Amino acid sequence: MSDKNHPEKQASGLTRADIIRPENLVYQKPELMNDVNMHYCPGCSHGVVHKLIAEVIEEMGMADKTIGISPVGCAVFAYRYLDIDWQEAAHGRAPALATACKRLWPDRLVFTYQGDGDLACIGTAETLHALNRGENITIIFINNAIYGMTGGQMAPTTLLGMKTSTCPYGRDPKLHGFPLKITELAAQLEGTAYVTRQSVHNVAAIRKAKKAIRHAFENSMQGKGSNLVEIVSTCSSGWKMSPIKANQWMEEHMLEFYHLGDLKDKD
Amino acid sequence: MENEILLLKGNEAIAHAAIRCGCDGYFGYPITPQSEVLETLSVLKPWETTGMVVLQAESEVASINMLYGGGGSGKRVMTSSSSVGIALMQEGISYMAGAEVPGLIVNVQRGGPGLGTIQPSQSDYNQATRGGGNGDYNVIVLAPNSVQEMADFVDLAFELSFKYRNPAMILSDGVIGQMMEKVVLPPFKPRRTEEEIARECPWAANGHGLKGRRPNIITSLEMDPVEMEKKNLHLQAKYKEIREKEVRYETTSCDDADILIVAFGSASRISLKAMETARKQGLKVGLFRPITLWPFPEREIREMARHLKGILTVEINAGQMVFDVRAAVDGSVPVRHFGRLGGIVPDPDEIVQELYKL
Repeated sequence: MSDKNHPEKQASGLTRADIIRPENLVYQKPELMNDVNMHYCPGCSHGVVHKLIAEVIEEMGMADKTIGISPVGCAVFAYRYLDIDWQEAAHGRAPALATACKRLWPDRLVFTYQGDGDLACIGTAETLHALNRGENITIIFINNAIYGMTGGQMAPTTLLGMKTSTCPYGRDPKLHGFPLKITELAAQLEGTAYVTRQSVHNVAAIRKAKKAIRHAFENSMQGKGSNLVEIVSTCSSGWKMSPIKANQWMEEHMLEFYHLGDLKDKD
Repeated sequence: MENEILLLKGNEAIAHAAIRCGCDGYFGYPITPQSEVLETLSVLKPWETTGMVVLQAESEVASINMLYGGGGSGKRVMTSSSSVGIALMQEGISYMAGAEVPGLIVNVQRGGPGLGTIQPSQSDYNQATRGGGNGDYNVIVLAPNSVQEMADFVDLAFELSFKYRNPAMILSDGVIGQMMEKVVLPPFKPRRTEEEIARECPWAANGHGLKGRRPNIITSLEMDPVEMEKKNLHLQAKYKEIREKEVRYETTSCDDADILIVAFGSASRISLKAMETARKQGLKVGLFRPITLWPFPEREIREMARHLKGILTVEINAGQMVFDVRAAVDGSVPVRHFGRLGGIVPDPDEIVQELYKL
């Protein structure tokens, strides 16, 4: 870490404590967020969701009782950003790792963090079976309708007509099949306690998403079954849009197809 | 306390041994000829006694990744399958080797390639001893040749696996898995407490004691090539240490032998009979049985070869271990291979005939 990035050594020579006095502090970064530069692109939803997870773990007092399972995809390095124990799974297999961790350590908070390719394509079997067994875990599902890390290829959740590097003329159902609403599928499963679809593109949405994550994590600790929190997200680089345009496009197109709200809540 | 002696199938012995050696979890998927492992565990219900978790997974892919997660959290976890299923697990085994996660994989081999046959085979030798998945890595491979060893090697495999933070495999076959023999059950060993796991596995990602330490990260990923080379060199140094310290083998009538049979697993049982027959006919035959297939007892075979006229490897495959034996003796004596394929187990008399060809 360079000095420039060190929070205690600003260019002015003042420390953070000099600048921000406790009486003026209205908000602070969760302690569980590491002071490292994130590799996520500007406008990406991952950073916001990471922060919400960190806040919820802290507020639940579970920092030293949490096992996170990171995926293959853009969030592969999630373990660099949240200061908890992590295991980095093979592509799509995070729910299998989480199943074992939770069954072997029942008093731990166990969650996976997966993208659409990881969860809804290569890991469909692991995802649906872990959810259907009612494993007391939470799956955080980032749906940005594209393979971000590998450079913007078609995902199982890519919208019809949407252009990606492997459907450059737009997703055509005759060629590529249909976008998969795996969250709707998950809601049908007996093992799921709470299935919801959220977003983090404005403050109100972020607050709702945080409540959803908290509810899911609490369910998993109370043994109520499995929980799926989908976050409809932007991928400004993959979509080749500015962050602002990506947010607008998400509202106009993604949310038209992926409706926000709770799909199932056994409570 | 008197020994507990039971008449068991090899697969059943694995299940009994797992419960008795402090295994924390079994994750598996049915496949012939090893389904009795999961079936026996399901009947014995260890979750009510030792607290061991037993779970039928949705696939071998899921099983091995449950092993990865469980082992990565410091628990003694195992799976079992047969050849076809083990092929599916290779991705997970490679991840475990890369992330240095311990765990036990039992392969009760059947014939291949593809769906092949449910009859016994030893044709996964290369897959087991060369790593099997992507990348430069090795798995510790133990080859039992009796139901007793099926039971005994469970604890041994766990011990080696945790000592070196490396996956370990029991490479058995349909003969050993299905045949019944008398077995003295291993002594009972309780599952480790959370504190014991924290002491033995300070690297494990399970949240334990996080307040007093940096988080533990289980990963095989490293994007910096300099660091990734270091990580690989570290693995290679570990494999070298295992090769130096953990070679296991058994010799029978080797002192005066001028012909050596090298055979492992069920082929070694058949070869023992062939050796006895050949000795009655006046041939001075000895039997060398590698118990660890990786690390392979290369040095021991090389030393023994100095007094030999020739070596016959007997394997239930098209000739896989024979290349390790040839590499070991480096041309100093002729090495022939004899094997049967497709699920056919060699007859002792066939082996005797082969000995005369040396």
